[in-house]
Amino acid sequence: MQSNAALEYDYTVAKLFTFTTILFGILGMIIGTLIAAQLAFPELNYLLGEYGTFSRLRPVHTTVVIYGFTLSGVFATFYYVSQRVLKVSMAESKFIMFMGKFHFWLYFVGALLATISLLLGYSQSKEYAQYEWPIDIVIVIIWVSWGVAMFALIGIRREKALYISMWYYIACFLGVAMLYLFNNMAVPTYFASGGLGSIMHSVSMYSGTNDALVQWWWGHNAVAFVFTVPIVAMIYYFLPKESGQAIYSYKLSLLSFWGLMFIYLWAGSHHLLWSTVPDWMQTMGSVFSVVLILPSWGSAINMLLTMKGEWNQLTENPLIKFMVLASTFYMLSTLEGPIQAIKSVNAIAHFTDWIPGHVHDGVLGWVVFMIMAGLFHMAPRMFKKEIYSKNLLEAQFWLQTTAVVLYFTSMWIAGITQGMMWRAVDEYGNLMYSFIDTVTVLHPYYAIRALSGVLYLTGFLMFAYNMIKTMTSGRELSEEPQFRSPMA
Amino acid sequence: MFHWLEKNPFFFSVGVFIVIAFAGLIEILPNFAEASRPVVGLKPYTVLELAGKEVYKKDNCIACHSQLIRPFKSETDRYGQYSLSGEYAYDRPFLWGSKRTGPDLHRVGNYRTTDWHENHMWEPTDVVPGSIMPAYKHHFTNIADIETAYAEAVTVKNVFATPYGDEFQATKEAWEAHKAVVLAEAKTITADMKNKDVKEAVAAGKIPEIVALIAYLNRLK
Repeated sequence: MQSNAALEYDYTVAKLFTFTTILFGILGMIIGTLIAAQLAFPELNYLLGEYGTFSRLRPVHTTVVIYGFTLSGVFATFYYVSQRVLKVSMAESKFIMFMGKFHFWLYFVGALLATISLLLGYSQSKEYAQYEWPIDIVIVIIWVSWGVAMFALIGIRREKALYISMWYYIACFLGVAMLYLFNNMAVPTYFASGGLGSIMHSVSMYSGTNDALVQWWWGHNAVAFVFTVPIVAMIYYFLPKESGQAIYSYKLSLLSFWGLMFIYLWAGSHHLLWSTVPDWMQTMGSVFSVVLILPSWGSAINMLLTMKGEWNQLTENPLIKFMVLASTFYMLSTLEGPIQAIKSVNAIAHFTDWIPGHVHDGVLGWVVFMIMAGLFHMAPRMFKKEIYSKNLLEAQFWLQTTAVVLYFTSMWIAGITQGMMWRAVDEYGNLMYSFIDTVTVLHPYYAIRALSGVLYLTGFLMFAYNMIKTMTSGRELSEEPQFRSPMA
Repeated sequence: MFHWLEKNPFFFSVGVFIVIAFAGLIEILPNFAEASRPVVGLKPYTVLELAGKEVYKKDNCIACHSQLIRPFKSETDRYGQYSLSGEYAYDRPFLWGSKRTGPDLHRVGNYRTTDWHENHMWEPTDVVPGSIMPAYKHHFTNIADIETAYAEAVTVKNVFATPYGDEFQATKEAWEAHKAVVLAEAKTITADMKNKDVKEAVAAGKIPEIVALIAYLNRLK
């Protein structure tokens, strides 16, 4: 964790991915806010003809924020962090520079094509794995090119021991590769039928219950390896760097890492409780979800204890505030998840708005906060400029924190209300409510959630503005700041 | 050992891979063969129903509708018999969904009719006041891709041994011959519909998405 002023790192690729993080973040959150508003005000479904309904846009929202925004953030931080912890510059190898740029441009074009394909309705209809097979092939090439760049950089490293962040980036690469390949196994019908029909169409290699198992083995662990693992990589680097504090415990980071790797994969079947999946698998999913609290809280507590004796920084440095709140939301979310994975709770929670509520306290509070803090930390070092405005950063923090709280509280209430109404019976044992009663009752909560979306999006636009102003008109820095990022 | 792994990225990566691959092997593999066995009497989807399933996928109905009835009295009272694994044997992909913004549809064919769906897809609030589901009027004009649906039937027959008849062959001629069967099935649906444009399209040999979708929804029982 020492600074190395002698080496001039090359941030070309990190900068490119920083731009796409901002771009896809804005796009994904605009769509998210729109579809949230559609549930409260259905007339908003008709803004874009058949391309603008809730159902068509929902996967566009999820994939743009997961694979557009979050992965851009992962790649941006990776190309920044890896050079520094490995003590090599990308500029030292023409090959690595080429792979990095190739990775970026193919990713950018691929992301646009993928998004357009979903808008047009080319979809496997498997959640978070909607892309049809031609897009899947492009994604595999993108992923492999990231892997090549990563291991080439590791190959020429000067620092022999891999820092904790690198463990997590490697795990992200391997985990997503394995899961994505297996879940997207499909047979293109055009080739299997002697050239009939659409070339885009394919059928899944797995059917029914098996398909469900493979899908949620993927679906749950996309959360693990995109929303958790690389974000933990970020906080292990950026929190000590920004605060000037050493990681509290190496042993705790070891336990958390290997624990997370082993346990997370078992928990996928908690998405299939009370389904036709064999009972023992459901129970395994439940049990391992509860055990998962240990490695998750291990990382989070390690982060909070890293700030031991330095809590004054929380009031002085908004970036510390973002990161500490991020790990706190990570704790909340990783406690909430296991609670929902208990079978009796799941009987009420499953299929309701409590689930998107849970997802969003994790992603809005943990993932997005951490990525923004990481990019704010990188900006003065990549662009050699002071962060444009501290006041804007403070305002953004409170606006977005309010938005997250509004989001999850409204969805908790909505979800539990609906779950209870579905099962409510009168004195004769008949169902008390028709389905539509359980929909109309949710209107106020959907309206609050839409408002929360507007607030959060506004906060993100403030982030984007602050970043762009930093690049264009921040005060020049004569030397690289060691710890705390300078801001005006 | 961990210190050593941290200095040897290759073995580190192998280690991580083994640790993460473990759970999948143990949880997914053992039941694989059994879980894909169909219930007795289960028929594969007709080409028209497959085309309807494509519409269901294209407009991503799973965003709001599940196809999985859980074994609780409150669910069997509302939707019918709880779902069995073997009922999904020909579902590629599975379409259970994970969110019920609208009701479950696994047995919607038992209690909704062609006529109901026609009115509902045109304007949901006319049928269910207070509904927040958008209208899907474009299903009445967009033409369903039945050739791709036929290609799917042939594919699952050849690759996964789904029991389709001998007439399902991977040739243009076989497809041309089967078109009449699909059109005849479409006409049994439009007989119960009143939208003039849809009726005219089917009479002219084109099948609007709504017809295929209703065939699929009626099949869900």
